Amino acid sequence: MSGYNFAYLDEQTKRMIRRALLKAVAIPGHQIPFGSREMPLPYGWGTGGIQVTAAVLGPQDVLKVIDQGADDTTNAVSIRRFFARTAGVATTTHTADATVIQTRHRIPELALREDQIIVYQVPQPEPLSKLEPSRAETRRMHGLAEYGLMHVKLYEDITRFGHVSISYDYPVMVNGRYLMAPSPIPAFDNPKLNMMPALQLFGAGREQRIYAVPPYTSVVSLDFDDHPFRTTRAPHACGLCGATDSYLDEIVTDDRGGRLFVCSDTDHCETRREAGHTGSESPDVEQAA
Amino acid sequence: MAYVAVKGGERAIDNAHTWLAEDRRGRPEVPDLETAQIREQLGRSVDRVMAEGSLYDEGLAALAIKQAQGDLIEAAFLVRAYRTTLPRFAASQPLDTADMHIRRRISAVFKDMPGGQILGPTYDYTHRLLDFALEAGFTPPAPAEMPEETGPVPRIHDILGTEGLIEPDLRSDAEPGDITRAPLAFPAGRDIRLQSLARGDEGFLLAMGYSTQRGWGGSHPFVGEIRVGEIGVEIVPPELGFAVDIGDITLTECQMVNQFAGSKTVPPQFTRGYGLVFGHAERKAMAMALVDRALRAEELGEDVKAPAQNPEFVLYHCDNIEATGFVEHLKLPHYVDFQSELETIRRMRADVVKEPAE
Repeated sequence: MSGYNFAYLDEQTKRMIRRALLKAVAIPGHQIPFGSREMPLPYGWGTGGIQVTAAVLGPQDVLKVIDQGADDTTNAVSIRRFFARTAGVATTTHTADATVIQTRHRIPELALREDQIIVYQVPQPEPLSKLEPSRAETRRMHGLAEYGLMHVKLYEDITRFGHVSISYDYPVMVNGRYLMAPSPIPAFDNPKLNMMPALQLFGAGREQRIYAVPPYTSVVSLDFDDHPFRTTRAPHACGLCGATDSYLDEIVTDDRGGRLFVCSDTDHCETRREAGHTGSESPDVEQAA
Repeated sequence: MAYVAVKGGERAIDNAHTWLAEDRRGRPEVPDLETAQIREQLGRSVDRVMAEGSLYDEGLAALAIKQAQGDLIEAAFLVRAYRTTLPRFAASQPLDTADMHIRRRISAVFKDMPGGQILGPTYDYTHRLLDFALEAGFTPPAPAEMPEETGPVPRIHDILGTEGLIEPDLRSDAEPGDITRAPLAFPAGRDIRLQSLARGDEGFLLAMGYSTQRGWGGSHPFVGEIRVGEIGVEIVPPELGFAVDIGDITLTECQMVNQFAGSKTVPPQFTRGYGLVFGHAERKAMAMALVDRALRAEELGEDVKAPAQNPEFVLYHCDNIEATGFVEHLKLPHYVDFQSELETIRRMRADVVKEPAE
């Protein structure tokens, strides 16, 4: 696009972001303040992720953008178009073909590799924000690794409800040191964070923070010995590809309680269907019936 | 059963944008609005967009207002997103507002003072009656000529300052921070606070300032002075080494005089609250001055109890581009998280139903 630098941001800004990224990689899970810029997309739409992607993207990269696991949600389309327009990079919907994956709210089902980078859009980087609103105070708590407040919150959940009531953005300990918000991915995705071969970068534009989990870093979801962390998914198989281990979206099909459960990761579902897997609601099944 | 998930995001976006363009244009038989008309006749909107967009360019602000269909926060956002791509090639020399070419200047603390009270173009004493003559198209009579200025108009605070009645404005040659380049950090210096407030949302600052008047961090303010006018901006290009005038901008400045500070050893003095805004924006400048003073509570040894006195509360929430983005992002799909909430709440409800049966 004429009149703008490659991938929109000027090179000085990219260098500033890369410096923050290097610091972030050096101190896994620690939030690095950075001079977040206004982007032509609104705050909350992924400005942090977009800035991180802009800073790591090269002309040879292949970009995949997902929102809620899907490539064709409107915000994913909008961000993918933004980079196709400002950086001219190749884009893909195939997880396996991408070198950089920007995501909102999901981690792809397919295990990521060492030659891939996943960039998370983060609305609220501070995992303690709901317990302590002051950032001056939470910075101090991180400095002292004073995370008792979060354990008390989990304990109170267990005494009130019988189990932890956090279902997404479930807090994790990174490298045994920093408490980190994994962004609003469902707790189902938390185990994928641990020892992931790919580099994981987190960008929070409005809150002006960047953090990272380097490849093969331990990421542990908080829990107690007698109440271990566990994930939940809808107890169904995907209606289209029959997968029983993927995260499912629940789609309301009528006003009489009808539901269809399908993979939230659209690429995962399509790849499985191409390989011949079918679900109870597959068009082929309908035709056969 | 059909697969009902929304597909075709690309086509939906294209169609939405085309519809938006048609909606923006309105009925074609009504003449298209020229940006020059916006610049000349909707000046207060242009000023607000320049201030909150933090870019002084009337033409771009007018274009943004047209593009945003008059939604001023959206317009400020367009301006910000443009501004962010511009290099910062210099910082201006400090402006001396005593040299301002004054259009309006009033003080509420003295009946008269050197330079006089100048009402200027104000709504203050208009009766708020809809003027149907405007609708019919109306050419206003020429206003009375203002006598030529004879020289600098001293600021009221400088007059109070000679008696030592008001705290001095401490001069600093330190390079001020830049909130457009560096992240906000706390404790935030006054340079950072004033920058944030200067481009903060007018409505937010108005409510915060108002809250201080109603007892939430009150500081007994008087309007020492409000002045509106044009002033030249100078920069010193390093290759020249001397100051060059790069153009005039319109500014509104408000100096509040607030209650005493003092101690057993230091005699009491009035304290200051300061507001400075692009364009003609008195409401914003006054609200900013109230909030600036409230944010100085800790520095002046006052109890920090009210929201307006809490720098984190005010500075993290005064930016309407950030606020509107995050509030409106709730429109984006959240169905993955909602699904996980559904699973959790179903599990919790199942536990409750199971237990009484045991």
